[in-house]
Amino acid sequence: MNELLEILNTIKPGVDFEKADNLVEGGILASFDILRLVNELNNEFDIEITPLHIIPENFKNAKAIWALVQKLQDED
Amino acid sequence: MKNILQFLERTAQKYPDKIAYADIERSVTFSEFVKECKAVASKILERNIENKAIAVFDNRDVNTLVGMFGAIYSGNHYVVIDSHSPADRIQKIYDVAEPVYALIEEQNLELANQLSGKCQNLDITKLLDHKIEEEKLARVRERSVSTDLAYILFTSGSTGAPKGTAVSHLSVITYMEWYTTALGVSEKTIFGSQTSFYFSASVSDTYSVLFVGATLHIIPKSYFAFPIKLVEFLNERKVNMLYWVPSALCIIANTKLFDYAKPEYIEKVVFIGEVMPNKQLNYWRRNLPNVMYANLFGPTETVDICTYYIIDRPFRDDEALPIGKPCDNVDAFILDENNKKITEVGKVGELVIRSPFVAYGYFRNKEKTDLAFVQNPLHNDYPEIVYRTGDLVKLNEHGEFDYAGRKDFQIKHMGYRIELGEIETNASAIENVNIVVCLYDKDEDKIVMIYQGRAKEDFVLEQIRKKVPAYMEPNILIKVSQMPFNQNGKIDRAYLNKNYKEYLK
Repeated sequence: MNELLEILNTIKPGVDFEKADNLVEGGILASFDILRLVNELNNEFDIEITPLHIIPENFKNAKAIWALVQKLQDED
Repeated sequence: MKNILQFLERTAQKYPDKIAYADIERSVTFSEFVKECKAVASKILERNIENKAIAVFDNRDVNTLVGMFGAIYSGNHYVVIDSHSPADRIQKIYDVAEPVYALIEEQNLELANQLSGKCQNLDITKLLDHKIEEEKLARVRERSVSTDLAYILFTSGSTGAPKGTAVSHLSVITYMEWYTTALGVSEKTIFGSQTSFYFSASVSDTYSVLFVGATLHIIPKSYFAFPIKLVEFLNERKVNMLYWVPSALCIIANTKLFDYAKPEYIEKVVFIGEVMPNKQLNYWRRNLPNVMYANLFGPTETVDICTYYIIDRPFRDDEALPIGKPCDNVDAFILDENNKKITEVGKVGELVIRSPFVAYGYFRNKEKTDLAFVQNPLHNDYPEIVYRTGDLVKLNEHGEFDYAGRKDFQIKHMGYRIELGEIETNASAIENVNIVVCLYDKDEDKIVMIYQGRAKEDFVLEQIRKKVPAYMEPNILIKVSQMPFNQNGKIDRAYLNKNYKEYLK
């Protein structure tokens, strides 16, 4: 989880990602941020996030993103 | 024809009931569009103003377009405002353009009210049924000349103040002649619009709709984060032409989207605004082999484009795409440091443009205008203004131009033209920030800001967000106790460019 928070902070510095709960709807992560995040997660965690996973529900907060990462790691 | 709107009216006569523009909420036919634009113009005409600026807040919807062309109907020119930009930056645009009216929607009211000046806010949604003053509009048209301004488009400027490129009807009309012919845009074309209306790239698809009777569907920004939704939209609206920045096209390639969903109607894919990497383009070409791909190049100062290349041969992933040959009605040539024309293959020089596409210059900024819009250095026989792009190019063995970078510190980031100096200038104004440098890490496409001073990082970010739009925010912020200097006592930018990551440890 800490690794994820670090990545989030490099993509969008200055946001408290542990608390933020409306990353997509609240416009904290813009569309390009989300895609940059997907690339970084793929590289960092050696997973493959496909377009089928790139839906708003999976990116609404750090917890949801972390759940997605873990799910994809388990699938390997 | 002398006025852009004459092309719109010709199209509206030919295809009155065809859809011109659509967003996710509503669509307008050509005849409805003319009516709504005239209604807005009639309201503006209640005050006796002519050849003034009308601000239009960009909400990525049909109303924004009605505002833009309504402003032109009233005999004035528009300035599109990024409605997600901080008030500080919009204020700077207001200070230069001095708009008389701002056409806004409800969601812009709070921001618009923060701005000072003589500008009066008008809610465009309440003007769409305004009484149309046909006689007054006819008189405006009679007086109009093709050298009137159509719009002023603001881009980033290095002194911290945005620069407004002033573009005439004539430039847009001659530009459209080339654009629609070269790319085969017709009444059958259905655009999926990606670029913001405050960005010069949007001029091409937006205006070509009016000129030939094409249709444009405005894609919501958020769809680019969720690619499946994006493809569903393209298929639903039967979009057959994309005029997008490479970042948007790369999203599709990087997520290997075509393994899951494919756009079914695409015939043409055109990219503009930054360098399209061949790795991602090859993904498109493999998956959609029968599509026409084109690489277009140009600045706001030549309406949108000055050279172009329709892709006709294979490229390796590690090759760069050429920016091609001059558009019809454009003379593009390369000058060396001594203003001598370069004709040899491979020799780098500055790209200079001679064409009716060339804008007048920067609004109320003679100093900046005189630097870039100059007497043709190749002769002194009669006054002829050419535009020095500041872009470095070279000729390749096919007789095409290859891009070789910016002459100054200007960068391209997420499709936007940014002068790092503008970010620096804004950041240096922050309390307790003493020295600040902005770099661009090209490999990672990141803006890096390095500063020295007592200010805390959080505070600096908070302040910078109030001053520059999101795409100009630094992606990496580094606080140093001592800025490195070179032997001349200047900040050692070359060192920082290479070694800034040292400071991250």
